[in-house]
Amino acid sequence: MTADITPAPVTNAGGKAVAINDAKGATPRNGEVMSGADAIVHSLECAGVTEAFGYPGGAIMPTYDSLLNSSQVRHILTRHEQGAGHAAEGYAAETGRPGVAIATSGPGATNLVTPIMNAHMDSTPLVAITGQVGASMIGTDAFQEADIVGITQPITKHNVLVKHAQDIPRAIAEAFYIATHGRPGPVLVDIAKSAQQSNVTFDWPSQIALPGFNAGAKPHSRTIEEAARLLATSRRPVLYVGGGVIRSGAADGLRRLVDLSGAAVVTTLMARGALPDSHPQNLGMPGMHGTVPAVAALQKSDLIVALGARFDDRVTGKLSGFAPNATIVHADIDPAEIGKNREVDVPIVGDLKDVFAQLVTALEAQHLQHGKPDLEAWWQQIGAWRETFPLGYTPTNDGHSSPQHVIQRLGEIAGPEATFVAGVGQHQMWASQFIKYERPNSWINSGGAGTMGFSVPAAMGAKVGDPDRLVWAIDGDGCFQMTNQELVTCAINDIPIKVAIVNNSSLGMVRQWQALFYNERYSHTDLNTGHGTARIPDFVKLAEAMGCAGLRCETDADVDSTIEAAMEINDRPVVVDFTVSADAMVWPMIASGATNDEIKYAKDIAPEFDRED
Amino acid sequence: MTTHTLSVLVENKPGVLARIAGLFSRRAFNIHSLAVGETEHPDISRITVVVDVDELPLEQVTKQLNKLVNVLKIVELDQERSVQRDLMLIKVRADAAARAEIMTIVDLFRARVVDVASDSLVIQAVGRRDKLDALMAALDGYDIREIVQSGTVAIGRGSRSITERARERVSA
Repeated sequence: MTADITPAPVTNAGGKAVAINDAKGATPRNGEVMSGADAIVHSLECAGVTEAFGYPGGAIMPTYDSLLNSSQVRHILTRHEQGAGHAAEGYAAETGRPGVAIATSGPGATNLVTPIMNAHMDSTPLVAITGQVGASMIGTDAFQEADIVGITQPITKHNVLVKHAQDIPRAIAEAFYIATHGRPGPVLVDIAKSAQQSNVTFDWPSQIALPGFNAGAKPHSRTIEEAARLLATSRRPVLYVGGGVIRSGAADGLRRLVDLSGAAVVTTLMARGALPDSHPQNLGMPGMHGTVPAVAALQKSDLIVALGARFDDRVTGKLSGFAPNATIVHADIDPAEIGKNREVDVPIVGDLKDVFAQLVTALEAQHLQHGKPDLEAWWQQIGAWRETFPLGYTPTNDGHSSPQHVIQRLGEIAGPEATFVAGVGQHQMWASQFIKYERPNSWINSGGAGTMGFSVPAAMGAKVGDPDRLVWAIDGDGCFQMTNQELVTCAINDIPIKVAIVNNSSLGMVRQWQALFYNERYSHTDLNTGHGTARIPDFVKLAEAMGCAGLRCETDADVDSTIEAAMEINDRPVVVDFTVSADAMVWPMIASGATNDEIKYAKDIAPEFDRED
Repeated sequence: MTTHTLSVLVENKPGVLARIAGLFSRRAFNIHSLAVGETEHPDISRITVVVDVDELPLEQVTKQLNKLVNVLKIVELDQERSVQRDLMLIKVRADAAARAEIMTIVDLFRARVVDVASDSLVIQAVGRRDKLDALMAALDGYDIREIVQSGTVAIGRGSRSITERARERVSA
């Protein structure tokens, strides 16, 4: 038979032209003749952009010339295009508004590749504007020419090459629309220098007409009702909360569903803070370094309601062994996520704000019919896991600070109103585990991509987006050496972030794997930055050279006072070099390729949650 | 593995074919054949893709294709309810001795000879994939010099048009 497998009709795009909702944007100067470069800057203004991060170069120089005339767009000159990209991501994660990164052609554009890929993996709204060589030179291997549209095709939500000035306003309007509607993501607009230099009669589109773009469907009432029936009747329900809840701004709706359903909740690495850690139903993070209660609850559940999560391998472990007895409800705005990894019993496509609103109503109706479910045995079971296997760590035996202690105290002293931005590795996992997150967007990190060096530039972007917020970058000594040059940007532009380097003098996570799986053969993981080493570079001196305050803390006894000293400095960025033990490991841990039943609470300690049945 | 024929209607813009081909390779989907051309509407191109997949990944294929901003509509064309054709040109050495035998095979398969030289023929064959495979089997043993073939093109039987609605969306 001839089957039409186009998704169900969509609400706000998919053929119908829709008005752009950009109340904050400047009034378009339609009809005015201006250069393509002016049109780029004015398009950014019309899209409501107030901050952008970037780096000039030959093919984008006309646009930089025009930027000087904009009173609306504050451009922050970073020290590397990768820094601009991550800053735009941090800005977007902190504010919920799309981040903007600008770079020139060739190497400028390719330096944006990592942040674009990172934004793609973590569904961060990002608009990248790159200069391209003149239209007549394209394809000739011209100086600083790179096919950035081709290069970024697999890692953007959409991208486009603009060769004619008259196409600029529409291309930029569409880029912002696509980046922020449906599942958010990065969009790249590559604009030929010749287009920037030609004249155009400015025409900001009043409507977006993208016939092939699906901005998202309304949840189907039949599947919502089925999900509600399952939630009302299951005995061991778990809400598996992913980063989609944060990106959708749906934390309030989640809270209502959590309170109404009484279900256990796990918050993934991307969703930390979506439900306060102080909420009694929050079991913390699931997955490879998740809490035992969170991992065990998923494994033993009879119903998993996945909400803006994508059954990533770091959460499921070996897929065939993941939650073997659970019925799966999967709600996501992206239909392609549903059933991609784990087969789904009840699919719900839609924005989580709508999903929560409808699901709460439907569940209330189900409770009237079935009564509230009896979850006492389930919570007793969970309580036993919590009591037996709390998150913790053993103090180090080499006399050096425990990294977990440093991070835990940082979280307690900085408090829940601070935003914490991590790099990638052990420090990231500890920051996810040992800081208590009480609000969405208080935790920013590189999840799907695992991009080392994310922390400092992303923290800079977060602070630019929310200047009154206390922003702590929590970084490793490896990550810090990848992108610390952006502290120069911070110092010069009055962006006083704080950086805690959890300095174990090594690439800690790789070292941990070498200790556990490679016979303690420490191949190329020693960085010589810690105590008893050459200390190259000296992070305190490096910080000072970059116009920051530099502090060092080497013992547990000094941790609190050093954090407090750092909190007192607000006229410039602060870097604290916390030297810690290199032997501390991240626990619990599920080895790569193992099933979640094989979780280790600590080295050689396997919880017995699985042995009772 | 099963074979599925998808008709993908896309905006007629530069680079769309690359986006689709790239998506297939990076998602590890196997393309059997791919054909592209304009439709009766100049703003819409139609890409016919034959893929080797099992049911579940096929759903992934279509969902991922639907995420591409330039993709307007995807329809799976069932073998029985559609006409599916490949085109093949075969250059075969044909001296006086072999020529008559080859001509018999050409007639049997309702193919045509479209170029004649003193020692070779170019055969044009149009048909379903299985028919072309049978022709190739029949020509086994002759000196095949060159083969070129198109991807499959396919269209649903009956009066219904799959481009109609997409056309309205593009002109909206």
